[in-house]
Amino acid sequence: MRHLLSAADLARDEALQILQTAEQMHQVQDREVKKLPALRGRTIVNLFFEDSTRTRSSFEIAGKWLSADVINVSAKGSSVSKGESLRDTVMTVAAMGVDGLVIRHHASGAPQQVAQWVDAMVVNAGDGTHEHPTQALLDAYTIRRRIGDLDGRHVAIVGDLTHSRVVRSNLILLRTLGAHVTLVAPPTLMPSGVGAWAKEDGFDTSYDLDEVLPQVDVAMMLRVQKERMSGGYFPTPREYTVGYGLTRERLKVLPEHAVICHPGPMNRGLEITADAADEARSLILDQVSAGVAVRMSVLYHLLASSEGAEK
Amino acid sequence: MTHANPTRDGQAYVVRGADLVGGGRADLLLRDGVIVEVGSLSAPKDVTVLDADGLVALPGLVDLHTHLREPGREDAETIETGSAAAAAGGFTAVLAMANTDPVTDTAEAAERVLDLGQKVGLVDVQPVGAVTKALAGEQLAELGLMARSRAGVRVFSDDGKCVHDARLMRRALEYVKAFGGVVSQHAQEPRLADGQACCHEGELSGRLGLPGWPGVAEEVIVARDVMLARHTGSRVHIAHVSTAGSVEVLRWAKSQGIAVTAEVTPHHLLLTTDLLGGYDPVFKVNPPLRPQEDVEALRAALADGTIDAVATDHAPHARHDKEHAFAEAAFGMLGLEQALAVVTTVMVESGLMTWDEVAAAMSHRPAQIASLTGHGRRLAAGEPANLVLLDPSAEGAVDRDRSLSLSRNNPWHGRVLKGAVHATFLRGRATYLDGGVTR
Repeated sequence: MRHLLSAADLARDEALQILQTAEQMHQVQDREVKKLPALRGRTIVNLFFEDSTRTRSSFEIAGKWLSADVINVSAKGSSVSKGESLRDTVMTVAAMGVDGLVIRHHASGAPQQVAQWVDAMVVNAGDGTHEHPTQALLDAYTIRRRIGDLDGRHVAIVGDLTHSRVVRSNLILLRTLGAHVTLVAPPTLMPSGVGAWAKEDGFDTSYDLDEVLPQVDVAMMLRVQKERMSGGYFPTPREYTVGYGLTRERLKVLPEHAVICHPGPMNRGLEITADAADEARSLILDQVSAGVAVRMSVLYHLLASSEGAEK
Repeated sequence: MTHANPTRDGQAYVVRGADLVGGGRADLLLRDGVIVEVGSLSAPKDVTVLDADGLVALPGLVDLHTHLREPGREDAETIETGSAAAAAGGFTAVLAMANTDPVTDTAEAAERVLDLGQKVGLVDVQPVGAVTKALAGEQLAELGLMARSRAGVRVFSDDGKCVHDARLMRRALEYVKAFGGVVSQHAQEPRLADGQACCHEGELSGRLGLPGWPGVAEEVIVARDVMLARHTGSRVHIAHVSTAGSVEVLRWAKSQGIAVTAEVTPHHLLLTTDLLGGYDPVFKVNPPLRPQEDVEALRAALADGTIDAVATDHAPHARHDKEHAFAEAAFGMLGLEQALAVVTTVMVESGLMTWDEVAAAMSHRPAQIASLTGHGRRLAAGEPANLVLLDPSAEGAVDRDRSLSLSRNNPWHGRVLKGAVHATFLRGRATYLDGGVTR
């Protein structure tokens, strides 16, 4: 693995190794001195074409705790409107002698394109409505810590699946780790061509959350933006909540052992009620705290073992 | 429209032993801009003899859909470089789309394009006029003044944008009847496929997270416009048809006697959606590449005449305009130089079309649709000497760096295609010969 562009880049043993290393990294978080020397002398640029305080700071801390030099470059706004091509922007940064590029972009596929242009290793920190592989890794990490191995487990991913980058990465990684996945959403929020996709890759889809919920080990609730209403994806927030929200009533049919995830930011009251978000079965805060450990592990695996680490 | 021939050089040719479409093997004497004689000829002394043994002679190709980018984007293509690419591709006439900067929406702008084309002299550059002012889709451009101008515009199109307002489309169709014009529609219902839409809507757009461009966004406009053509008794042309559903509508409309014609691009005849898997913007085009089922339907429709013509939608772009994230990169790909080889490979080699039918789809029909009376003629004595000699057995990998276009967004790069243009003649003058254009 030279880059982490998609969850599909991870074979099962690679994914498990990253999750295992993340356990060790997690312990660093509780130390008084939180520094490991692993990436001393290496330079990582967080190149963000889209705002994301949480993901950016989590990558920044992860790099710093591994002793890398971390620089944040905000390239917000369409490069098209600035007259500079994506390639120009990236090559300018790469020319400074960068070992790793962590890229967040509002357009799907941008990190894949960048990886073909630069020598540095590239981590996809979220691209358009495509993927967000480190989010999927930290979701898997959090779930495993609570309920153990994912083999044979049933995960429902519920919400705005059309516009979510989290769903694609999670779908791929969860299946790599042996879980069974059911996507739940109204037809208007299902990804295009999901029927053929589900058949090919072997997962399920449903429009009926109440039917799926009693059978799951994990309920992963995704953010639904109220703006989608204007696109006619659903009539009103109220109707969405009744159909697909994790409400107080639905908590009762969720199996006792099952856990609740949400990659954030939450729309409390829309896709998840306050009760659900805050209850004991919720992993939502664990997800945030796992972010740094998992990203440390990813950076470590991509950069520490690669050639030139001791330059 | 007939064009003057200011560059006639007096050179005469005998093309020896070419396979004539519909006429068997014969020699052709080209002199003073016309085909003087066809048959078994002895070459007079002052004549250059061209050995055409094994070559197919087709009437000079006519492209209903070319973007030459001049005026406005001379860094991507000029009328000169685009004309050279056209000559190298076997074309003797191209319809230059109106979406330049400034837009070809006045008589003056149209005449300027015509004049620049004549100055280069490699191919007849016939301007297409905009349907609406500045392509804004709000009010009609001066269609009649463009028609009356020296450019004699007959084809009108807002290509790149759909004339989506039904009332405006109806008026345009009615209005151009006065001078035998035709509206070439870029069929894209903007509420179903907006400017962001860039990947055929389906499994792959779902996986890649790219904004979907569903086939139905094209089909509803095709359906609407054939009904408007029926209602107004006007002629409508559908540009770059890309889906099986559009083909069904066209087939029905033609069976009803509605005056609709349609074109398909070389890329929609061969390239498929799955090429987008690597997010390479070279494969970003509008309408998008479609799945194999659509490609098959388009081939069948071209073979049975439901689709009248092959048109390139040659769309050069400067390198930096293609080096953005996929969703932000420019739409379009090159087509002029490889169009005939693609048709040879896909349609002729497979037995779907005869050379006669290729001549119809790439010369006779497009010339009729565009009212270009000097083009799309038979290869017979007394006719203008517009022809292309093709080596149908030549096979090779396309190299984008050998292109005569200024741009390199060539989707055929590295692909092995059959059929190579050997020579192109525009009114008796060799515009392309021995691997180069001749000015």
